[in-house]
Amino acid sequence: MNKLFQWFDARLPLSSFWNAHLSGYYVPKNFNFWYFFGSLALTVFVIQIVSGIWLTMNYKPSAAEAFASVEYIMRDVEWGWLIRYMHSTGASAFFIVIYLHMLRGLMYGSYKNPRELIWIFGMLIYVVLMAEAFMGYLLPWGQMSYWGAQVIISLFGAIPFVGPDLALWIRGDYVVGDATLNRFFALHVIALPLILLFLIGGHVMALHEVGSNNPEGIDIKKHKDANGKPLDGVAFHPYYTIKDLVGVVVFLFFFAIVVFYMPEMGGYFLEKPNFIPANPLLTPEHIAPVWYFTPFYAILRAVPDKFLGVMAMGGAIFVLFLLPWLDRNPVRSIRYRSPLFKGLLAMFVISFVVLGWLGMQPVTPLLTFMAQFFTILYFGYFVALWWMSKNEKTLPVPERITR
Amino acid sequence: MNAVKYAYGMCFVLLGVLLSPVQASGGKVEGLVKAEIDLGDNASLQRGAQLFVDRCLSCHSANLMRYNRIGQDLGLSDAEVKARLIRGADVKIGSTMQSTMPAALANTAFGVVPPDLSLTARSRGADWLYSYLRAFYVDPARPLGVNNLVFKDVGMPNVFWREQGEQVLTKGAHGEAVLSLVKPGSMSPAEFDGMIGDLVGFMSYMAEPAVLQRKSLGLWVLGFLAVLLVLVFLLKQDYWRDIKK
Repeated sequence: MNKLFQWFDARLPLSSFWNAHLSGYYVPKNFNFWYFFGSLALTVFVIQIVSGIWLTMNYKPSAAEAFASVEYIMRDVEWGWLIRYMHSTGASAFFIVIYLHMLRGLMYGSYKNPRELIWIFGMLIYVVLMAEAFMGYLLPWGQMSYWGAQVIISLFGAIPFVGPDLALWIRGDYVVGDATLNRFFALHVIALPLILLFLIGGHVMALHEVGSNNPEGIDIKKHKDANGKPLDGVAFHPYYTIKDLVGVVVFLFFFAIVVFYMPEMGGYFLEKPNFIPANPLLTPEHIAPVWYFTPFYAILRAVPDKFLGVMAMGGAIFVLFLLPWLDRNPVRSIRYRSPLFKGLLAMFVISFVVLGWLGMQPVTPLLTFMAQFFTILYFGYFVALWWMSKNEKTLPVPERITR
Repeated sequence: MNAVKYAYGMCFVLLGVLLSPVQASGGKVEGLVKAEIDLGDNASLQRGAQLFVDRCLSCHSANLMRYNRIGQDLGLSDAEVKARLIRGADVKIGSTMQSTMPAALANTAFGVVPPDLSLTARSRGADWLYSYLRAFYVDPARPLGVNNLVFKDVGMPNVFWREQGEQVLTKGAHGEAVLSLVKPGSMSPAEFDGMIGDLVGFMSYMAEPAVLQRKSLGLWVLGFLAVLLVLVFLLKQDYWRDIKK
């Protein structure tokens, strides 16, 4: 066995890879709760890939058969219901995990020098993940699948000059139809997952190049022992592989509660109208995207002009890319930043959550006003951050990790 | 600092509101009552299946539900399913539940083909079905002589009028719409509600047959994960013992 391994190791960088990225990769020893979500995102990615492969074995990407094939999976395929619920729950779980992962980055300044590229890769993953989720949501071919796609694709039509042709090009038809379903299936099951895989690789490689941030925001590479190992670091394997495993099991526990006891999650994970087959002639009374898109949907609806609304929605995502350069304060962790920063971040989180709630509600004048108010607060975070971070009064950051 | 703590608190409250299992999309329909159903009661599900076949399948279909699956899940042999639930000698045990009324005739009779009911308990919800089936009232202005408080101007007759009796629409003390029984049916209101509960219970099962398996399987999965959690946690504690804070 050992000989076999040596034969391979002489021909493949097995042990050197293991050393560089696991047993010899040093990570700050003080990771807290918020640091579980990276490995959890990877866990959900694997769940989605594996359950997705099994779903494609019985799913039919055609307008005539898609809805019934999903119900066929739910009823006639052995364990089909479990695979399907894992996939549908996984979609929402992915966004819960990713949002908490991003919030961690905001709190501990993980996007700052030298980790800007990690943040950029992460944002690209987030954008591709949204596309992946959007296209996957069309596949069950229910009423909300259909009309959600109709609304979102029509947004591209608001772009001046090229808009209508662009929307037509995306749909492959004048309305969402069989052609749209077929191409979304192709993109959902192979194109976007491949891109995600490459981006995740880039995200982790960029991370391992500069090393992890931590809740103190301290650079552990400044203080090394005689062997050149960071004094405040521990080897990723076995310390964090085993610690992350605890996080994974806790996550799976909650995941299983949803899968087995509340797969619809009260209509948030599986929406009621999506149990009605798509009907191009019957528009549902109230069209709302799935919960993880609703903050941006609320921003879209808050702006009276359609094109400007689309711009605001796109801007709400794009502005996050600029975060490493908008935050001009070198202090990373929220622990050593000013009360003003803490207040601003809390305001940002509240705005995001409230916008998410607003995006699910039918439009009323009061709710539209609220959406406008919280849209301003959402963007206000970035403006205020840029303005206040330059001369912010911060606390002294310790040299070594003590907590 | 207190303001910050307050703000964080607000975040969690809002998150809690967002994740609370209430219906997300579509407005809440006024006057819905909670469906009295019990998916663990096999006898109730069997009665519901019988009611569904006798009362609903004349006009509606359940395209996604197979007869033998009902038998397997509700503890009926193929022979029992054939005898009790299947109408028509040419209908096979593995076929899905088709309406006994041809679509063209239904179209002439009601103006529309009555909708397939396979997933209605999921698209409308069990509470809606339960409330709807109890909310018919006499309305001479309608072609079939009845209207419905939950589904205004519905095209469906009250198929349970013999059991329920006749209800009329009156105004309550605060001007709200109230249904009152003016002519008792063959069942008492409690018996009638029980029957509708059986039917809605069956329709909930039919909308998701896996519901009977997943809840019991879930216990095993959660139990396994709980044990695994203890083991990996102890393992982690052991590994981390030598790391100084």
